[in-house]
Order: sequence, then C-alpha cells, then structure tokens
Amino acid sequence: MSYTKPTFKARYENFIGGEWVAPVDGNYFEAISPIDNQVMTKVAQSNKKDVQVATDAAWKGFETWGKTSVSQRSAVLNKIADAMEANLEMLAVAETWDNGKGIRETINADLPLAIDHFRYFASVIRAETGTTTDLDSSTVSQEIHEPLGVVGQIIPWNFPLLMAAWKIAPAIAAGNCVVLKPAEQTPVSILLMMEVIADVVPAGVINIINGFGPECGKPLALSKGIRKIGFTGETTTGKLIMQYASENIIPVTLELGGKSPNVFMESIMDKDDAFFDKAIEGLVLFAFNQGEVCTCPSRALIQESIYEPFMKRVLERVAAIKMGDPLDPNTMMGAQASKDQYEKILHYINVGKEEGAELLIGGEKFNNPVHPEGFYIQPTLFKGNNKMRIFQEEIFGPVLSVTTFKDIDEALEIANDTLYGLGAGVWTRNVHEMQKLTRGIEAGRVWANCYHAYPAHASFGGYKLSGIGRETHMMMLNNYRHTKNILTSFDESALGFF
Amino acid sequence: MHTKRVESTQKANELIDRLREKHGTELMFHQSGGCCDGSAPMCFEVGDFMVGSCDVKLGEIHGCEFFMAPEQFEYMKNTHLTIDVVEGRGSSFSIEIPLGVRFIAISRLFTSEEFENLENIEEC
Repeated sequence: MSYTKPTFKARYENFIGGEWVAPVDGNYFEAISPIDNQVMTKVAQSNKKDVQVATDAAWKGFETWGKTSVSQRSAVLNKIADAMEANLEMLAVAETWDNGKGIRETINADLPLAIDHFRYFASVIRAETGTTTDLDSSTVSQEIHEPLGVVGQIIPWNFPLLMAAWKIAPAIAAGNCVVLKPAEQTPVSILLMMEVIADVVPAGVINIINGFGPECGKPLALSKGIRKIGFTGETTTGKLIMQYASENIIPVTLELGGKSPNVFMESIMDKDDAFFDKAIEGLVLFAFNQGEVCTCPSRALIQESIYEPFMKRVLERVAAIKMGDPLDPNTMMGAQASKDQYEKILHYINVGKEEGAELLIGGEKFNNPVHPEGFYIQPTLFKGNNKMRIFQEEIFGPVLSVTTFKDIDEALEIANDTLYGLGAGVWTRNVHEMQKLTRGIEAGRVWANCYHAYPAHASFGGYKLSGIGRETHMMMLNNYRHTKNILTSFDESALGFF
Repeated sequence: MHTKRVESTQKANELIDRLREKHGTELMFHQSGGCCDGSAPMCFEVGDFMVGSCDVKLGEIHGCEFFMAPEQFEYMKNTHLTIDVVEGRGSSFSIEIPLGVRFIAISRLFTSEEFENLENIEEC
C-alpha cells in the first residue's frame, strides 16, 4: 500500500522572526516534484532585502536567546524533536515528494536521524563545562563559551530535513540564531517542519528564507549580519563562500562532496554467512538515496581473487532493486532530485561507455509506469580503472565504478588516488588488514565492516577537497561559538612597572 | 587552426547573451567538482569569482573565459567539452539558476587527430 500524495498550500512565505513573512519584492518560484515533474507549490523568491529582514529578526531574537540558560535551550531542542516525531509520517511523505527519495528511507532514516540530532545536542550542552585554571596562587584563568550571534547556513537538496537538522541543532544549542537558505530544488519540506515547530521555538531563533543561490545565497554569505557561514555543496561554490567570508572575516564550515572508495578484501568470501551477505549489501549501498549522497560509496575496489564470484552475487542483488512509486514502502530507489541532475547522470553514463568502461548492469533511464514524467535512472555498474573520469568525478547518482586490486598496498593506493576524502568503507575479516586500511585511507569517515551509518556523536567531515570542519558531534559546538578568556587577579599589589 | 577544448551550443550562446544583458557585465565560467550540483559549469560575473592562480583556462566560449581547477584538469586533459543548456532548475550560485535553466557540460574524448593538434594550455 502506498502513502497518499501530500497536499500543499498554494504557496509558502518565508519564516522570519517567528512569523510567515511575504518576500519584500513579492516574487515566488515554482517548486517542482521530481517524482512527476509537476509543480507542487510556490515558495518565496527572496533576495538581498529579505536577507536583511531575516538577519535583523535573528539579531532581535538573539537578544533573548543568547542569554537563555542552557537548560531552557536544551528544553526547546527537545520540544522540536517531540513535535517532529509527532508528525513524522507527514514530514516523511512531504520530504519524499519534495526530493524524490523512497518513503522507506524518509520514514526510517531521514526523519528519525533528524529528530535524534536535536535530542543529541539538547543533551550534550547540559553535560558540557568550560575550564578554570589556577595559573598561580592569585591568578585564575576561565575559558568560557559564548555564542557567535547570528549565523548563515546554506544546505543541499539530497537530505533536506536531515541537513537542516545537522546545521540548525548545534548552532541554536550553542546559543546562536540561524538564517538558513534551503536548496532551491527542495524548498518545501522544511517549511512544513517550521509549521510543526513554530510554537515551540522562540521568535527569531530559526529563520528560513527561500531563493536562488545568486540572488539569495550570495547576499546571505556576504551579509554583515552574520558571524559565520556554513555551507554544504560543491567545490566551486565552496571556494566562492570562502571568498565571500573573507570580506567580513568570518569563519566557514564547508562540506564539499567526495568519491568514496569501498574496499572489499578476499577474506569476506571465506564463508558464505551473514557477514558476507552484509558485505554484498555494503556494496549495493551505492544505490541508497539514488546515489545522491556526498559519501556515496561510488568506487568499489574488489580484491582480484574474489572478483568473479563476488560480482556474481552483487549483480543478483542489484538486479533485485525495486523501482517504482516512491510513496510505496517496497520501492527501494526513487527519483533523482531534479531534471538537471537526471541529465547529468545520464551524461556520465555515456562518458563511462565512451571511456571504454564495461557496463555490468543498468546504464539506462528507468521508465516508471507509475510516474512516467519523473526522473528515474536504473542502478548502474561499470568496471574500469581508477584513472577514468567515472572514477574521479562525482556523479551523484546511482552509478558505481568497480575496479580490482592485487594486494592491500594497491588497494590503498587506488583508494587515496582521488581529489576527495569524505567517506570510505573497508570490508575484511582480518584485523590487521582492517587497521592498515582504516588508518591508511585519507578520509574523515571510514566505515569498518559497515557503511552509510550516520549516528549522532560520530564526527563527520572531509579531508582534502571534501571540506573544512566536522559535523554530527559535540565538537561542532565550538564551530559555532567564541571562547572567551577571563583572567582574574586576586593579588592586591601593583606590578611595579609604573 | 588548433582544436578547441571547450565549445558552446547556440542555445548556450543565447543564454550567455541574455545573462550579459541582465547583469550588464562580462561573464566567466568555472567547472565545478563534487557533491550536489557539482561536476557542472558555473557561470559568474567577471570579478565575482576569484580564479585560482593555478586554475587552467580551457579556452573561451562566446567571449567568456572558461576555467577549471588544475586537479580536475588532470583527469579531463583528453576530454572535449561542449557547454549546453537544459531546461529545469538546478541549484548553486551559477547566475542562470533564477531563469529555470542550467548550463551543462557535455563531454567526449578527443580523437587522436584532434589530440595532436590541441590548443596549448598554460599550467603552473
């Protein structure tokens, strides 16, 4: 049984200062669902003027929020989580319609993880302490955390609600107020989330303005009204964001994608048991979220000695991936998030064919009988070598590039032969191989005998061109606050210099 | 006549003209890598994006300089790009986004004849 297609209002305003506020110039743009390529609603097309309204409202909110006690801030984050949980199914259906991904992922992953993220940051701020040091018998040094003020955040379209939670929760937990711009392909689900939590969040703490990168994202990043900018997206815009941040000398956190290796050592096939079954699934996880994940395990590195029998089992599993109506809980892969993304992925499939990679399965668009107008692509595997473009460029779709290696040294060499360093997977029954590979791979997150798990309290972020900073861990709090040192002398005597 | 590394379709040229008029300034391109909206040509007003000192200039399309990061160029040395336009909204800071269309890079490998005759590239 499928879930029912969600209903949306005819249009949505920005959420600023605790209220729904029309864009200053009165323009709206059409939000299109990739499921059926139809207009789902209209949202505010904000510009520089709206950025100003939003940052002003956020600073007004900060007058109170910045002084709100940790226990009260924590309570607000918990209430956000509770309100989202009470509306989990509605938000999951909206998320699916906005982004295209299967309902079984939004219900079981996106929403529960987003909810838990607010609870995680609600809890860690209660247990945190600053430090006090006796520097000598009459001098005490205190290190105190203070929020930055108002921060700007620009998030991507692949996990609209989860990426919002990853950015909003630590920022407001640390005592900041937020002005967040969602991606223009997925501007809607977060507005439904704001409807759900509006009553429990003090005015001005969370402000959402929709709009396009050059019209709204750029003035937000350049705004003198923010004290930090957080961005998730691609490398050129990442550079641009750093450049904009240099204008006001504010800190930046960037998460910029990857081309993550997933390494399979021959010992996985020592037995045909539950673990081997898990390893097969571990490879097929390239298709999770239609491959639209920064950490998509998009390069599978398989030890030569097991390639044939392992690939036989893998292809059976890939062939069993069920596509169809994203609102059907049995559907495993939904729609790609937008038309341009869909075109780009199909183009890369052609690049792979032209480069001489061997097509193992898929390689075409998927004609969805339920939604013939939507953007669906078959899960696709290519075999080739790591110098090919399909091994080096992030496709951001359900396209896996497979290659083989002779020994562990060659596996490491191939794994690290990439511009990026966000995620990696290692599969082996041998602890020594596990140690060598997990420590040898240059990436911020290495999954050992697992993949695509994103629990709070395990840090996430990139090496190399994959970005700056870490998320999903309490260390993130320090990316959103100042450290103030108060140095107190209890000595009544003058220094004697003057 | 050397082989060009990057060219543009008539549709792309028309969009460039439209954007030039809208922004009242000259434009440039930078090929992006990675993540949501990556691996795509980004169009900016000249002066808005600080071109890296080692970024590679692939050529010009319809009077706009086209750059790429040197690390990416390593993998695209053998590749010819055609900049085209697709309907549908992308996201990112590329300036055509508000018009509901997106520049896209269509690539193909150079033939060996073309490869012998490529335009010179200045690299760091």
